[in-house]
Amino acid sequence: MNIVVLIKRVPDTETRIQIKDGKIATDGIAWIISPYDEYAVEEALRLIEKHTGKVTLLCLGPEEAKETIRKGLALGADDAVHLNDPAFLNGDATTTAVVLAAALKKMQYDLVLAGKQAVDEDNAQVALRVAELLDLPHVNSVIKLDLSDDKKSARCLREVDGDRDVAETSLPALITAQQGLNEPRYPSLKGIMGAKKKPIADWKAANLGIDPGSLNAKVEIVRVDPPPARPPGKKIAGDAATAAKELARLLREEAKVI
Amino acid sequence: MANQILIVPEEREGALRKVSFELITVANELAHALGGAVDAAIIGSNVAANAQALATTGIAHVYAVDDSALALFAPETYTTALTEIIRKIAPSIVLFGATGFGKELGSRVAARLGWGLVTDCVGVKIENGALMMTRPIYAGKAMATVKAKALPVMLSVRPNIFPPAPASTNASTAPIENVAVSLPAPRARVVEKVMKESVAVDLAEAKVVVSGGRGVKNTEGFEIVKQLANTLGAAVGASRAAVDAGWIDYSTQVGQTGKTVAPQLYIAAGISGAIQHLAGMSSSKVIVAINKDPDAPIFQVADYGIVGDLFQVLPVLNEELKKVLAEK
Ligand SMILES: Cc1cc2nc3c(=O)[nH]c(=O)nc-3n(C[C@H](O)[C@H](O)[C@H](O)COP(=O)(O)OP(=O)(O)OC[C@H]3O[C@@H](n4cnc5c(N)ncnc54)[C@H](O)[C@@H]3O)c2cc1C
Repeated sequence: MNIVVLIKRVPDTETRIQIKDGKIATDGIAWIISPYDEYAVEEALRLIEKHTGKVTLLCLGPEEAKETIRKGLALGADDAVHLNDPAFLNGDATTTAVVLAAALKKMQYDLVLAGKQAVDEDNAQVALRVAELLDLPHVNSVIKLDLSDDKKSARCLREVDGDRDVAETSLPALITAQQGLNEPRYPSLKGIMGAKKKPIADWKAANLGIDPGSLNAKVEIVRVDPPPARPPGKKIAGDAATAAKELARLLREEAKVI
Repeated sequence: MANQILIVPEEREGALRKVSFELITVANELAHALGGAVDAAIIGSNVAANAQALATTGIAHVYAVDDSALALFAPETYTTALTEIIRKIAPSIVLFGATGFGKELGSRVAARLGWGLVTDCVGVKIENGALMMTRPIYAGKAMATVKAKALPVMLSVRPNIFPPAPASTNASTAPIENVAVSLPAPRARVVEKVMKESVAVDLAEAKVVVSGGRGVKNTEGFEIVKQLANTLGAAVGASRAAVDAGWIDYSTQVGQTGKTVAPQLYIAAGISGAIQHLAGMSSSKVIVAINKDPDAPIFQVADYGIVGDLFQVLPVLNEELKKVLAEK
């Protein structure tokens, strides 16, 4: 079976976000595959180990995203498509989904996997938009995924707002990964060496038959600010019992939160 | 030109979720600024009672798609049902709760209609005639101001940020219109609800969250955290270290790759305050940190800090809070 995994290059979660002139300053940032996408890659690799087939990574991003794609290939994916055209950047979730869907239309897949959200803009909508644009069923926020023996359907456990439910879908479908789905592997040295030789196709707007002028973002980020600063806090002195009593009083009388 | 604002309320186990009333607050402000009225679209099975409840909140119209086929969530049927209502009333703005339901349904409906969608808003206003939204990015490490280039547009609102509208006003009851929609047979659907043993309180909507970290030491240690949560009617949270150690379910993880929470009160016990943890909880109104290490980064965001052993502090705090609450 063919599995396509959507991956995004995002700043390392350790990164302290710096803001300059109302924008995120990206110099000096370390970049990673978005953690939820890592679960998706891992799941794809496991499914292929069990059911045989091929894993293709699909990534929309700047030239630098190649490095992120190589990391995914080093984990064991077979090949990748890089949607690498300045026309694709600086859009919004609407345009990103349009481009990803256009690429998938040119690919063969039984299953599309993605993270439930990217941890940079935390939009949590691109993958589901792709499903809708391709008229695919989707199951969101999955923590367990079982394919039927005939590989025509999947049964998923989902974790949503603290509740769990079981969802079923026919294939092809788009499924998004939530933490808990699996434990992502680390790349092996052999994987890292091998990744250098794996094919990455560069697709531009023209390859997808997209007129760049038609990619109209509906919304735009006009400014980025630091989160509101918190006023300095109080350390409550005294031994554990005294401090605990004082805390209970302060929460009631000063903070008025209980 | 009148601007209809449409809210998409949400049910949970048959009752309207609190976020539905928070949406009414936001929608009322938008309707006031733009000149227009607020409508609600309720979708599900046996929604009559909740449609009735919505009708007394001062909004203009309630549209309902009530179909037994909607008893369990299926993205495609729900998308079709909501899309029909939107096509019918052509609202300028559609509002969802930024919950699993709202994000999922919002994304699909927005894609079907070719609309923009701004998720997880914590601020919404009209500025010089344009709809401006504030939303946390990088799990709250930065705040983005997002502008809708044009209307119509959709947005989802983070739970617990806006005050809920009163469940019932003296306003006259809004008409309820049942909309018949021919629903597709869904290819993906929920087939079974699996309730968790301790459904307790949902983190994202909780007013109070008590979280434990590696300092809690083991599963038994979490009992102390849970007892305090129980006293406060709070949800239990955890750091990733505690989750990875297997002391508590990972669905309780708070942080950049866990839940983002914004309660009135967040109590962090035995949590160092790694940047990924802070990302998920630093917009809480009041933060309390209990940690042995006076230099733990959690103290930098805490409103109240106790440098001490959580095993000594939490039991006393629990007993004290019981007393304080009994005085109410
Ligand atoms: C990609 C990625 C994503 C991540 N996402 C998240 C996330 O979403 N959420 C998250 O929480 N982390 C996340 N992390 C992990 C994060 O970096 C930290 O490792 C984690 O938050 C540490 O948890 P902790 O504070 O419980 O443990 P520690 O850092 O080990 O801190 C334990 C604290 O407990 C204190 N302590 C010990 N004993 C006691 C006692 N008896 N009484 C009082 N205090 C005591 C210690 O002084 C210490 O400060 C992520 C990491 C990565 C790489």
